[in-house]
Amino acid sequence: MHKDHVNLDALIYKYRDQKGALIPLLQEVQDLEGYLNPDTMRYISAKLDIPVAEIYGVATFYSMFRLKPQGKHIIRICKGTACHVSDVDAIKTALMDYLKLGQGEDTTQDFRFTLVEVACLGCCSLAPVIMIDDHTYGKLTPDAIAGILDKYAY
Amino acid sequence: MEKTIIKVGLASCGIAAGAQEVYDRLEAYLAENPLPVQLKQTACIGMCFEEPVVELSGMPQGSITLGKVDADNIIPLINEYIQGGTPASHVILAENCDAPRNELLASQQRIVLSNCGVIDPTSLEDYEAQGGYEALRKALAMTPEDIISVVKDAGLRGRGGAGFSTGVKWSFARVAPGDKKYVVCNADEGDPGAFMDRSVLEGDPHKIIEGMIIGALAIGADEGYIYCRAEYPLAVHHLNIAIQAATAKNYLGQDILGSGLNFTLKVKEGAGAFVCGEETALMHSIEGKRGMPTIRPPYPSESGLWELPTNINNVETWANIAWILLHGAEEFRKMGTKDSPGTKVFALAGKVAGSGLIEVPMGINIRDIIYKVGGGMKSHLPFKAVQLGGPSGGCIPESLLDTLVDYESINATGAIMGSGGIVVMDTGTCIVDVARYFLNFTQNESCGKCTFCRLGTLRMLEILTRITEGKGEMEDLKRLEDLAVNINKSSLCGLGQSAPNPVLTTLRYFRDEYIAHIEEKRCPAKVCSALLSYRIVEDKCIGCTLCARVCPVNCISGSVKNPHVIDQELCIRCGECFKACKFDAIVRE
Repeated sequence: MHKDHVNLDALIYKYRDQKGALIPLLQEVQDLEGYLNPDTMRYISAKLDIPVAEIYGVATFYSMFRLKPQGKHIIRICKGTACHVSDVDAIKTALMDYLKLGQGEDTTQDFRFTLVEVACLGCCSLAPVIMIDDHTYGKLTPDAIAGILDKYAY
Repeated sequence: MEKTIIKVGLASCGIAAGAQEVYDRLEAYLAENPLPVQLKQTACIGMCFEEPVVELSGMPQGSITLGKVDADNIIPLINEYIQGGTPASHVILAENCDAPRNELLASQQRIVLSNCGVIDPTSLEDYEAQGGYEALRKALAMTPEDIISVVKDAGLRGRGGAGFSTGVKWSFARVAPGDKKYVVCNADEGDPGAFMDRSVLEGDPHKIIEGMIIGALAIGADEGYIYCRAEYPLAVHHLNIAIQAATAKNYLGQDILGSGLNFTLKVKEGAGAFVCGEETALMHSIEGKRGMPTIRPPYPSESGLWELPTNINNVETWANIAWILLHGAEEFRKMGTKDSPGTKVFALAGKVAGSGLIEVPMGINIRDIIYKVGGGMKSHLPFKAVQLGGPSGGCIPESLLDTLVDYESINATGAIMGSGGIVVMDTGTCIVDVARYFLNFTQNESCGKCTFCRLGTLRMLEILTRITEGKGEMEDLKRLEDLAVNINKSSLCGLGQSAPNPVLTTLRYFRDEYIAHIEEKRCPAKVCSALLSYRIVEDKCIGCTLCARVCPVNCISGSVKNPHVIDQELCIRCGECFKACKFDAIVRE
């Protein structure tokens, strides 16, 4: 069963009586544990009396929820229109090369980085853009990638 | 000595360009060197292409705005200003003399953006100093019916895209039976290429909050939600600060300013689903469910959040309300056109020189937006198309650039006004690739409820991919058009209904380009890699071996100081050699 009940219970308690709280609850649980694992979802289901299918349904519907362990730093690649026409694909290739990620892989073996694509970061005039955790980097070139990622030590 | 005010633009675009480092450097410098200077933060003035941007004021030479500053040059620049000078190299705006961007700002009309880049968005006092919350005081002295008639008379139309009359929408929620009602702000700005709402949320959150309080008074709601994308952390942060400050001053909460009326406001963060921009999906998401659209009627004004009457408007619509209340319907109607009064905020991006945020009166034409307000093309390549309305919109060619910006005129082109994203494309952009890009987006974001949207967009995407790979056939164009009509007819919500628009408009205005891909196996913009080939020009190649070293599949052979050759059988057309060659010896055909 679940090992870190104390923190999880505190979150569940915080959202227990709020209407429509499932999404913010799952967001905070994900912040706490890094991802939503099946045991956690079953635990929340039992505590809040919400069917586990409903929780799983929400977790799989929204792109922010992750069902696998993820890296310490999240790199979001903007796939917005302005970035697309500014060749963000070349940035993605540079990132994949630097992180040594193969096709279909999104997390580095040392769990330092997870690479995800997002719809649009809204910094279109600085295209192409990526966001690492909460910091946005704009006007990127493939050559700039190594220098930026080196700043994020494990 | 006069007191100089330094304002650093710290919106997320500014921060991405290095504005935080500029601010930190100034703060450290001022701690060591006490100068008669006040350091402040503001948000985005809209000139993203000049970021980081710093405004200096308080000296006799008047206020000036500097662009493209950095942590290294900012100290000498402010010292020059304090000593009475105007650092010509970086000035973009100036109060008392000519500056390169003065005209750009003068060609705009700012209601929604009036405070953006002017006030500190985290300061309620700054907002009040600009006349903030005066409209609320005025509204508190009016009857709800009178508030609604002012908004109706102003002719304000929903800025989220559809353009429905805001006042009429409010009156539906007003008359809906029930004691408990909600107001919602749709800040789930999902259209790729659009960042109007982000800039207003980050730069002037109180304006949205004030509009929502007035709306709540008008329809009789006591609870509201701002549904904001989680991709906008700074916007969420500024909204929360603003809500806290407004509550402390009793603009929000119980017995607002002694009126006996109550209204509380919460921010709900989205979790990454484009379809949640659709109002019924958005409300399901606030309820903590999967954000899937449901059939209308019943409309939200009768049965919305938790099946109670709900009024939902987007960020820009709410941001117009306080101005309308304060200045009256007649003043508002002096801007824009008869059927589309007021202004519209656009996010200019792509291959335009002045990318950023602009606010212009309705009725301006698209050509003026790009060439006057936007400063023309950025690249040396000529204009090709402009994309309006994101994945629900369309691409407009040069011949239609004189189209006026109002809801009806833009709809007539097959594009839509949308929320205000404008992406400018030059001849280096492949139109089929752009159509495929948008279909890929809507296909990914389809919630899966309606079969035609879920599977029809996938079939369209497969066909478009086939065409960009040179495997298309002429019959595919007919198939695309058939699918488009059926997806439009058979989808429940706006996402599916409008998903084919990018394909339909490009087929209408750029059919030749589809045909070139299909019949000639040629991509005129040289973008679709499967249709390109690379060749080394013998006369120009000096045998530096760079291309052979960068080639990921080792298909380039040749010895040092002798012309190299690409093996066309092995070449994967990645273009690395083309980018690497310093002698223009590789041609792309």
